[in-house]
Amino acid sequence: MLSAMKYASPTTVAEAVGLLGSEPDARVYAGATDLIPQIRAGRPEPSVMVDLKRIERLCAISSSGSTYTVGAATPTADICAHAGLAAAFPGLVEASGLIGSDQIQSRSSWGGNLANASPAADTPPSLIVNDARAVIAGPGAERTVAAADVATGPGATSLGPGEIIVEFELDEPPARTADAYLRLIPRTEMDIAVVGAAARVTLDGDGKVASAAIALGAVAPTVVRVPDAEAALVGNEPAGDALAAVGAAAAAAANPIDDKRGTVAYRRQVAGVLARRAVSIAAERARERGGQS
Amino acid sequence: MTVTEPKPSYKYVGTRPVRHDGLEKVTGRARFAADLNMSGQLHGIVVRSPHAHARITSIDTSEAEAMAGVKAVITGDDFPAVEPGHRQYDMCVNVIARDKVLYEGHALAAVAASTRDQAQAAAAAVKVEYEVLPAVLTIDQALAPDAPVLHAHMMTAGADPPAEEPSNIPNITRFSSGTDMDAGFAEADLVIEREFTTQPVHQGYIEPHACVADTGQDGHTTIWCSSQGHFNVRSSTATLLGWENTRIRVIPAEIGGGFGGKTTIYLEPLAVALSAKAGRPVKMVMTRDEVFRATGPAPGTKLRIKLGVQSDGNLVAGDAYLIYTNGAYAGPGGLLGAMTVFESYKIPNFEIEALDVVINTARSAAYRAPAAPLTAYAMETMLDEVATELGIDAMDLRLRNAVAEGDPSTMGFPFARIGFVECLEAVRDHPHFTAPLGPNQGRGLAAGYWFNIGESSSATVNLNEDGTATVVTGSPDIGGSRASMALMAAEELGIDVYDIRPVVGDTEAVGFTDVTEGSRATFATGMAVVEACRKMVVELRGRAAKMMGADVDEVDWVDGQAVYTGSDGDKDPLPVAAICAKAKRTGGPLTATGSLEAHGAGPGFAVHLCDVEVDSETGVVRVVRYTASQDAGTAIHPSYVEGQIQGGVAQGVGWALNEEYIYDSDGVMENPSFLDYRVPVASDLPMIDAIIVEVPNPAHPYGVRGVGETGIVPPIPAVANAIYNATGCRIRDLPMSPVRVLEAITANGGSNGA
Ligand SMILES: Cc1cc2nc3c(=O)[nH]c(=O)nc-3n(C[C@H](O)[C@H](O)[C@H](O)COP(=O)(O)OP(=O)(O)OC[C@H]3O[C@@H](n4cnc5c(N)ncnc54)[C@H](O)[C@@H]3O)c2cc1C
Repeated sequence: MLSAMKYASPTTVAEAVGLLGSEPDARVYAGATDLIPQIRAGRPEPSVMVDLKRIERLCAISSSGSTYTVGAATPTADICAHAGLAAAFPGLVEASGLIGSDQIQSRSSWGGNLANASPAADTPPSLIVNDARAVIAGPGAERTVAAADVATGPGATSLGPGEIIVEFELDEPPARTADAYLRLIPRTEMDIAVVGAAARVTLDGDGKVASAAIALGAVAPTVVRVPDAEAALVGNEPAGDALAAVGAAAAAAANPIDDKRGTVAYRRQVAGVLARRAVSIAAERARERGGQS
Repeated sequence: MTVTEPKPSYKYVGTRPVRHDGLEKVTGRARFAADLNMSGQLHGIVVRSPHAHARITSIDTSEAEAMAGVKAVITGDDFPAVEPGHRQYDMCVNVIARDKVLYEGHALAAVAASTRDQAQAAAAAVKVEYEVLPAVLTIDQALAPDAPVLHAHMMTAGADPPAEEPSNIPNITRFSSGTDMDAGFAEADLVIEREFTTQPVHQGYIEPHACVADTGQDGHTTIWCSSQGHFNVRSSTATLLGWENTRIRVIPAEIGGGFGGKTTIYLEPLAVALSAKAGRPVKMVMTRDEVFRATGPAPGTKLRIKLGVQSDGNLVAGDAYLIYTNGAYAGPGGLLGAMTVFESYKIPNFEIEALDVVINTARSAAYRAPAAPLTAYAMETMLDEVATELGIDAMDLRLRNAVAEGDPSTMGFPFARIGFVECLEAVRDHPHFTAPLGPNQGRGLAAGYWFNIGESSSATVNLNEDGTATVVTGSPDIGGSRASMALMAAEELGIDVYDIRPVVGDTEAVGFTDVTEGSRATFATGMAVVEACRKMVVELRGRAAKMMGADVDEVDWVDGQAVYTGSDGDKDPLPVAAICAKAKRTGGPLTATGSLEAHGAGPGFAVHLCDVEVDSETGVVRVVRYTASQDAGTAIHPSYVEGQIQGGVAQGVGWALNEEYIYDSDGVMENPSFLDYRVPVASDLPMIDAIIVEVPNPAHPYGVRGVGETGIVPPIPAVANAIYNATGCRIRDLPMSPVRVLEAITANGGSNGA
C-alpha cells in the first residue's frame, strides 16, 4: 500500500504528457482526494504518481474579458475565493464549495472531479449547464471538447492514452443569466450526492425564460441533460405550470439505480424537486443580475 | 442546572477545572494505542472470512509463511481448544474462529511480518477452504422453522417447555407482574398495539482497535492497548491463551472513544500469540473497514408492544414481545430490553417476553445503555400516540405515570430516591418547551431510563514529598473521569485539584477494577477514591497528632487541615503539605488504598425535547433545537456531565436518522466506512442545551449517579415524535432516513400533515 510508487512533479504540460507516454502505469493527480482513497481501498497502485500542481497553467485562473480560463488542477478553495467566478457562475462555485471539507477544498480540483467520472460528482452538472469546454493535451495536438463529453460512464472518460485535461474555458454569461446547483445528501456535509441538479437560466426583458439548461447528477451513469424541462421553460415565466413541468421532466429523465444511498423512486422524485428548486434560484439570481454581464 | 435539594457546599466538587489530560490531547501528545512503536516491532494482520456462514475445511499457511518478511502465522490451532459451555466460549471463538466462521469479517488466522505491506500480502496468501453454508441474516430468517442453525449446541435457556432441539434462540427472558393480564387490559379505555423494527448500528468510536504485545522468552507478555477495561483485556487474553493472569501485564493507552464497544477484546490474544511465536513485539491496528465488519454493533430488533390506558391517562397494562439480534452469538440484548421497556412508568399489569436471536452478522457489543434506546423508541412514541388519542398533553401523561421513590420496578425492587419527575419538570419549565415553532417544524418529547451499575473498583492515593498527590485508579477514562477522581480527592484531602495527578494504573500498579461500563467509573471508582482518601485522612490525623504531640482523638480533619481540638492551648493547624514534609519522621510514606464492590448505583433518568424541520418534498429532517435534562445525582464536574449528555444526544440523533448496517443478500456489509455509515457531523446538530438535574444518590458519598449512558436513550423517540408533529407521520422503522420519511409522507397523502 502506497509503498513502491514513484513521484514525479513535472513543471510543463509537455513534460507531464511525456511521462505518461514513457511510464505505462503512470497516473496524474491534482488533489489526489479521489485517487489516494481509491488506492487505499485496493485499486492497483500506479508506478508513478504525476503531480499536476507544479504546472503553472494547470493552477491558474484568468479572464480575457469574454472567457474565463481555469486550470484543471486549481484547488476548489481558490475557485471559491475568486470574486469574478463567483459573480459569473454562482451555482458552479457553490457546487465547487460543496466538495468535502476545508481540508479537501484546499486540494480538490475540477479536473479531478470530472476525470474521476463519479456519477455523483458535484461540479460536472454545473460545468455542463455553463457550457464549459475542456482543453485537453496529449501525444497529439491540444484539443478542446465540451465538458459534457469527458465522462462516458462510471469511472470511464473519453480521454485517450496519455491525455490530460489542462484547463477549462467558460464564456462570460450573457445578461440576465445565472446558475444554481442543489444536491440532496442525508447529512449536512461530508457526504455524497444522492441527487444533484444544476440549472442555468437566461431571462428576456419581460422576465420570461429565453434559454435554460438543466443537468442532473447521481441519477444515471453520467450527467443527464433534461431537454424537455428546458423546452418547457423557454418562453414562459419560471413559475407555476412551467416549473411543475420542469419537475416532471427531470423525474422522467432520471435513470437511477437502487442502492444503499437511495431508491429509484426516491431519486426520481427528488430529481424533480431539486431541478425545480434550482431553476427557481437561478431565475431569481438572473433577475437580480439584470442587464449586467 | 436544576438542584432539587440542599447539598453541602463543596470547595472542589461541582467546579469545572480544565481536565488533567486535556493539554496533552489538544496538543497531540497523548498516546493512543496506535501511537506506540517498539524497536524490532512486527506488524500483525488478521485473515478474515469473506463468507457470512461457512465451515472451515482447511487452512494452508505454508505459502504465507515462506513470504518475505513473514515471522509468524497463527490460526485457531495455536490456541487451546474451547468447548461450548466454557464460560467465555463465545468470546474465544469470536476472537479466532475454529471450525466455523459465523459472519463476514470473522477472524480465522493472523500473520506478523516486518512491514504492514508484507503482512497484508501474506494474509492474502493464507489459503482457506470453506464449505459455504446458507446465511441467516434477519430475525425472521433465524426464527423460520427450517432455518439453518448457527450453533449445534444452542439450546434455548428459559424455554417453556424446555428446548429439546438446538435453535437460533439462545435465551428467552420473561418478567411479569403476576397479575391477570386480561383483567388488566379490560380496565383500559384505550388499547394500542404497535410493531417496530430497528437495524444494528455501530458505536462509531473514532479510534480503531489497536494494540502492541511484547512477549518475552520468560513466557510473560506486556500489552499496550486502548480499551474500556485493561483487567478484562488481561483475563480474556489469559483465558484464550490458557495462561495465568500473572503472565500478562496490560498497560492502558489513552482511548479514542469506546461507548461500550471496547468492553470486549478482538486483537490482543492474536498479538500475544504472534509475538510469542516470532519472539518480537507485534503491533496490530484495525482499519475502519475491519472495525465496521468485525466489531461493535449494537443489536437490531423487532419489538411489539401493547398498552392499555384509561381515559384519564393512567397506564393499566403493558405487554411487550421483544426480539434482539446479538449477531452470531448469544448476548444480553433481550434481557436488557426486558429490564428497561416498562421501567419508567407505573404499570400495574405487565408481561414481558424477550428473545435473543443469533444471525450471521458480527457479534454485537455493548453500546451506551444497551437495548434501552430501542425499547424507549417503542414506548415513548406509543405514549405520544396515547396522548394524542386521549387528548392529554404528552408531558402530563408522563408526569402522571412516572415512577418515583418507593414505586416498584418491573424487576421487583422498589426505587430508591430517583429524579425522573424532576427531569420532566426541568424540561417543562425550560423556555424551549413553550417556544414557538417555525413552518414545517415539529417538537418531540421523550424520556429515557438506564439502571447503571456498580462492580469492583480500586484506587490508591499516594501523597508525595511536596504535598501533592497521585491518585491511581484502574478505570480507563473514557469521558473525563480522571478530572472527577481528582475533584473528589481534592475535596476529601484539601489539596488543590491541580496538585492532584489522577492516573489510570496498569494491571500491576493498582487493584482489580472492572471495565468502565454501566456508567460506573465516577460512581464506583469514585467511591474507591473517597474510601482511600478517608483512610488517608485517618493516617494524616495520626501523623499530625505526632507532630503536635497530641492524641489522635484530639485532631480533627477540617477543610483539608489537621486541627487540634484538645485543651492543651492553641496549636497551628497542619495542612497536608506540612504533614508530608515530615513524613519520614512520623512513620514513612503516606499511601492508602480503597477497593470495593460498589452497590447502589442510582438509576439515571433523562428527558429530551427536540425540534425538527422536515422538508416534505425530500424527506430530509434537520434537528433545529434540542434540550436535554438528566439526573446526575451530583455533578462532580458539570462540564463532563454536559459532555456526556450532549454526546448521547449526538449519537442518538444519528441512530434515529441515518445509521444502520446494510448487508447484501450474502451477508456482506455494504457500508463499512464513515461515508455510507452516517454518523452525524457537527453541522447536523444544533447546540444541545444540557440541563443537569441533581437528585443525589443516597448510596454515594457525594450523591453521584452515572451519567454516561442515559443520554442516548431518549433521542430516537424524541426525534420520531418531532417528525410526527411536523408531518403527521408515525415512523416505526429505523433509521428515519430521507428515503423512509419521504415514503411515509407520500403514503400519508403528500405534503406535511401539520
Ligand atoms: C472526505 C472527502 C469528501 C469528498 N466530498 C466530495 C463532494 O462532496 N463532492 C464531490 O463531488 N466529490 C467529493 N469528494 C471527491 C473528490 O474530492 C472530488 O472528486 C475532487 O474534485 C477530486 O479532485 P482531485 O484533484 O483531488 O482529484 P484526484 O484524486 O487528483 O484525481 C481524480 C482522478 O482524476 C484524474 N485526474 C486528475 N486530474 C486530471 C487531469 N487534469 N486530467 C486528467 N485526469 C485527471 C486522476 O488520475 C484520478 O483518476 C470527496 C473526497 C473526500 C476524500
